[in-house]
Amino acid sequence: MSVKILKYIFLELVRSKFILIYTAFLFTFSFAVIYIGHDTAKAVVTLLNISLFVVPLVSLIFGTIHFYNSGEYIQLLLTQPVNRRSIFLAEYFGLSFSLSAAFLAGAGLPLLIYGLSISAALLLFTGVMLTFIFVSLSFLSSVLNKDKVKGIGLSVIIWLVMSLIYDGLILVILFAFSEYPLEKFILILTTLNPVDLSRILILLQLDISALMGFTGALFRDFFGSITGMVTALILLLLWAALPGLAALKVFSKKNF
Amino acid sequence: MSGKDIEVCSECNVKTIREAIDLTEDGDRIIIKKGIYREYDLTADRSVEIVGEAGAELDIDFKGGGITLTKDNSAISGLTVKNMTVSYVKDLSAIRIENSKDCRIYNNFLKNTFFGIYLANSSSVEISGNYIEGNADTETSSGNGIHLWKCGGVKIEGNRISGHRDGVYLEFVDSSSVRNNYSEKNLRYGLHFMYSDNNSYTQNIFRDNGAGVAVMFSEFIEMTENSFIQNRGAASFGLLLKDIKRSVISRNSFSENTNGIYMEGCNDLEMMENEFYSNGWALKIMGSCTDNILIRNNFIDNTFDISSNSSRNTNKYSENYWDKYEGYDLNKDGTGDVPYRPVSFYSMLLEKIPDGVILLRSFMVDLLDFTEKAIPVFIPETLADENPRMQMYDYD
Repeated sequence: MSVKILKYIFLELVRSKFILIYTAFLFTFSFAVIYIGHDTAKAVVTLLNISLFVVPLVSLIFGTIHFYNSGEYIQLLLTQPVNRRSIFLAEYFGLSFSLSAAFLAGAGLPLLIYGLSISAALLLFTGVMLTFIFVSLSFLSSVLNKDKVKGIGLSVIIWLVMSLIYDGLILVILFAFSEYPLEKFILILTTLNPVDLSRILILLQLDISALMGFTGALFRDFFGSITGMVTALILLLLWAALPGLAALKVFSKKNF
Repeated sequence: MSGKDIEVCSECNVKTIREAIDLTEDGDRIIIKKGIYREYDLTADRSVEIVGEAGAELDIDFKGGGITLTKDNSAISGLTVKNMTVSYVKDLSAIRIENSKDCRIYNNFLKNTFFGIYLANSSSVEISGNYIEGNADTETSSGNGIHLWKCGGVKIEGNRISGHRDGVYLEFVDSSSVRNNYSEKNLRYGLHFMYSDNNSYTQNIFRDNGAGVAVMFSEFIEMTENSFIQNRGAASFGLLLKDIKRSVISRNSFSENTNGIYMEGCNDLEMMENEFYSNGWALKIMGSCTDNILIRNNFIDNTFDISSNSSRNTNKYSENYWDKYEGYDLNKDGTGDVPYRPVSFYSMLLEKIPDGVILLRSFMVDLLDFTEKAIPVFIPETLADENPRMQMYDYD
């Protein structure tokens, strides 16, 4: 049953105006960057900035709006003999799949045409992971707030914290405790934020890593190893799963 | 003075190089035929010319050093010397010249060396076309490819040096030139000057060394047309300048180094028409550097153009091309109308907290740089190029 609903949601979403514009924007931008730069390595750096900035924002805001807009549809479905869990999962995967498809088509196609490197593949992978993570967070903020404006507000705050305030805090910590050996602590701190984790995973694949000094070397050692890669993958998966499961729990008991 | 020739080979009357040296007088020539000679610690204390024919090999077999020349007008050429001992007490070298002048060392092949070519207290020596390959693995247990101590008028040309501590090391050397050499994969520096004034190095390539070139405590050094490529590592530099005065750095190319140039305590340097391409930091210029001039250089694709630990600046930047320049040129004279400030807020931040590099390309850092650029507060007020070029220079 879940799969059937998922199919409908997915097909409806990929035909929606917003997803099409999102795809077109990513495609034009990536194509322009690669075309002007003539160098996929440099294009990846520019695309990295855009994907770390745009993907979480779009996933959060669109996810939240979509969830509120689907309110009546969900209520309609609930009158049918379908359990809440299947409806929620269908909504979650339908939205995540359509946003990921848009991202892969938009940013992936130009990269594929010009030759896929490890860093480019990693960029696409983290882009998809970030989509799943932030859709999951957007659902959590939606189910926690009955009021649409509050829900969107919370999503914006989540985005600000993840993309901006968290890094600011790291900088403050680095400044305040510059006398202490902070490398390991910072390593743990940055891996805990999925945006930072994605950024570092990609940067380590690029030439720039040469200039990252001692801390960079520490990161390279860690993420170069199997343990490091598995840890990174598990952390990203946890970020996608935990808020989603929490949202599901709230959703299952929610009064409509 | 034309002497006699003495031939050495397994079928000749003279079977070892040591015997041959004992038989020579000033002005004689020793011709070493093809074959492997297992000898070590040879000293020629008369002016001889030692010529190795193709396939002539001196295998030291890890027992000591190679050949030492101690008289004027001596020469060594075409010889292969290999397998030297590492010594912590003596500076064992494959070919050594002491207290002599007008000597030549050319077209030799030195392999598994400790010190390759060692000149002490000598002058007017030419070292050319040698291939020197070491297999250094730590700085303390390795020697230098070409080592000069207290020399003058030495020409080092067209050598290929790899796997030593320093590729070429010059200490108390003056009026010498280093030209057209290729120095790579040395643990410390590709070329190293200490207390050596009035020298020049030109058209050399330094690749993948701890630091490409280190010039320390010297004056009047001319550095032109060299390439510094891929010298990478946490503390790695294309060119390291420490306490240098009145020197010229021109027409060099610095590409893909962690730091293109690092300078400390330098003054009156003229840096012009250099190209900085794809380095982490193109130029790190410490607060102790004063009155240097940077003019007509290209800065392309560097993560950071200039970084400094001081908010004061007495160096002059003019007519450089900066790819990050976003100004305009209304009167179309090729020079931008607003000054360019090459130091970013983030790069100054990194001087204070190097670990902050972990935030590279983070949105927050871009935002900080952007606000600082709009309203400069922290970056040095006077560190600006008043006449930035709109187009890249083409030096050829």
